[in-house]
Amino acid sequence: MISVKPLLEVEDLTVEYATDAGPVRAVDHVSLDLTPGEFVGIVGESGCGKSTLLFAIARLLSPSCDVVGGSVRLHGRDLLGMDEEALREIRWRDYSVVMQSAMNALNPVLTVGAQLEDTIAAHESMPARSAQERSASLLRLVGIDPLHLKSYPHQLSGGMRQRAMIAMALIFTPDLVIMDEPTSALDVVAQRSLMLEIKELQRQIGFAALFVTHDMSLVSHFSDRLAVMYAGQIVELGDTRELFRDPKHPYTSALMASFPSITGPKEVLQGIPGSPPDLLHPPAGCRFHPRCPLVEPRFRIEEPPLTTVGNTLVRCHRYGRDH
Amino acid sequence: MRYLVRRLEFFVVTLWAALTLNFILPRLLPGGPEVALLTRFHGRIQPATIKSLEVALGIRNDQNAIQQYLSYMGNMLRGDFGVSLGFYPQRVSHVIMLALPWTLGLVGTATLIAFLLGTLIGILGAWRRGGILDSVLPPIFVVTSAFPYFWIGLICILVFAITLGWFPQAFGNSSEVTSELSWTFISDVLWHSILPAFTIVLTSIGGWILTMRNNMITTLAEDYIKMARAKGLSPTRIMFQYAARNAILPNLVGFAMSLGFVISGALLVEIVFNYPGLGTFLLQAVKNEDFSLMQTLFLLITVAVLLAVMVADFLTAWLDPRTRERG
Repeated sequence: MISVKPLLEVEDLTVEYATDAGPVRAVDHVSLDLTPGEFVGIVGESGCGKSTLLFAIARLLSPSCDVVGGSVRLHGRDLLGMDEEALREIRWRDYSVVMQSAMNALNPVLTVGAQLEDTIAAHESMPARSAQERSASLLRLVGIDPLHLKSYPHQLSGGMRQRAMIAMALIFTPDLVIMDEPTSALDVVAQRSLMLEIKELQRQIGFAALFVTHDMSLVSHFSDRLAVMYAGQIVELGDTRELFRDPKHPYTSALMASFPSITGPKEVLQGIPGSPPDLLHPPAGCRFHPRCPLVEPRFRIEEPPLTTVGNTLVRCHRYGRDH
Repeated sequence: MRYLVRRLEFFVVTLWAALTLNFILPRLLPGGPEVALLTRFHGRIQPATIKSLEVALGIRNDQNAIQQYLSYMGNMLRGDFGVSLGFYPQRVSHVIMLALPWTLGLVGTATLIAFLLGTLIGILGAWRRGGILDSVLPPIFVVTSAFPYFWIGLICILVFAITLGWFPQAFGNSSEVTSELSWTFISDVLWHSILPAFTIVLTSIGGWILTMRNNMITTLAEDYIKMARAKGLSPTRIMFQYAARNAILPNLVGFAMSLGFVISGALLVEIVFNYPGLGTFLLQAVKNEDFSLMQTLFLLITVAVLLAVMVADFLTAWLDPRTRERG
């Protein structure tokens, strides 16, 4: 693993929203590597900064939001320092994005075909005929009848729209596909089949995936590694199986206790007490301490570092040097 | 297709309602045109003369309301609007045809320019929000739009026509130029239309800029704009095909309505500039108690607005695939 040259290197990435009350740090010194073909899941509650992290990596942040530190490298090239012109060249070719709700992410007044073809035209000059054929074969790849090239987004079902967007993301068979909760707008059955499809496409095409979700159970079978985010920070990062077998951070355990297991014995689901922290005034010390069942007085004052425990990185005092 | 047929049905029904109202309303007024003439002559008029006037004007008090209504509807559908009382013995349709081209040309073009220019400024302003264009043009035009347009018109006449003498003060063309399809005539008409057109554009553009800019800003926050950026599309394609095309939809009906009201002329602008359009004629009709002309003008305004709204519906259907099925 270590010998493979990373595809994506995120280092100390820090992102802040400018608000009237002052800057809100949504992503706080996040470091993350992706090797080619790897599937990395990022999980966390709403507002933990996971989507902001994705959009910062993809250079798609809204104007009110800025990267204030750190770097993002793709194929060793600095993404954050690139100007819009240069960036446009590699957008979609080297990395593509799948958004949360395809209903909102597809332009309602253009046909699916037109939206596939304008993407092709933006990066390659090819006759309209071959662009159409390419679009048709992409739809076939995700199991949609090419007839729907002439359909408008509102004429497709939720699952079809999401698959059309995935087809769009694969136009140039990029090395990296960034996915922001691509299944959260679907029902559970459609979610499952879409996940299987994404995994199968990944096997065929070999792209690396950065997959954000709030639903830990969803990625459990699909991701190679998992990063758990809390209040803008990564609190645990490690091999997915390892993480599920032996969650180290109390927040990870709490997240896992809050969804039912299909095979295990019946248990009362436990929510996580309290609510996500206010990022404008994050708690001192360990950010999870107000909700942590294992809190000790010292944890309220000192911020825990990210510590290596076996193959896992954990941000918890209980794994600190003096424990 | 189903959508278009439904819009067409709606148009026919409202048109019928408008025609009927137009029939009923004047009949609710006390007296009638012949009585108005009678008072104008202070009663010094023979009953026989009134009879012959009634015949000449097509007033059939011997018919009951239903018969009158039927013959009225027949006349309307044939385009027979009767005789103008103010421009007697000219037919109303003739009077209107004299004025219509002037109003359509001046107010129509000016409204179109204001809409297109305002929309473009709105698009560019929102695209570079807070940029130079955005911080200069919208505020200026919003202020000019707050002025009453007859006032702007008067100032324009004072500055550009009287003081500087660049443009004529009034009328649609110079009396010494004959009306024919020649360059001299056309350029003369254009020259006369610049000040009134400028007045209309200046006072109506602010609304278009503001609404378009606001729609654009809302649209630019949509996910599909983010997606378009992620796809690496060119900024112009994102601005027009992704943002503006969605942002303009709510404005189309408003634009159509304003096109419909073109027929009523920018009444005060036409009066201020003594422009020979429908607005000026409407004022004349009111002064002369020219009921037939007034009635026809009001009808024309209604029909124009209805037509414009229908065109806007078709345009929306063409630009927004979602409306096609809603029906």
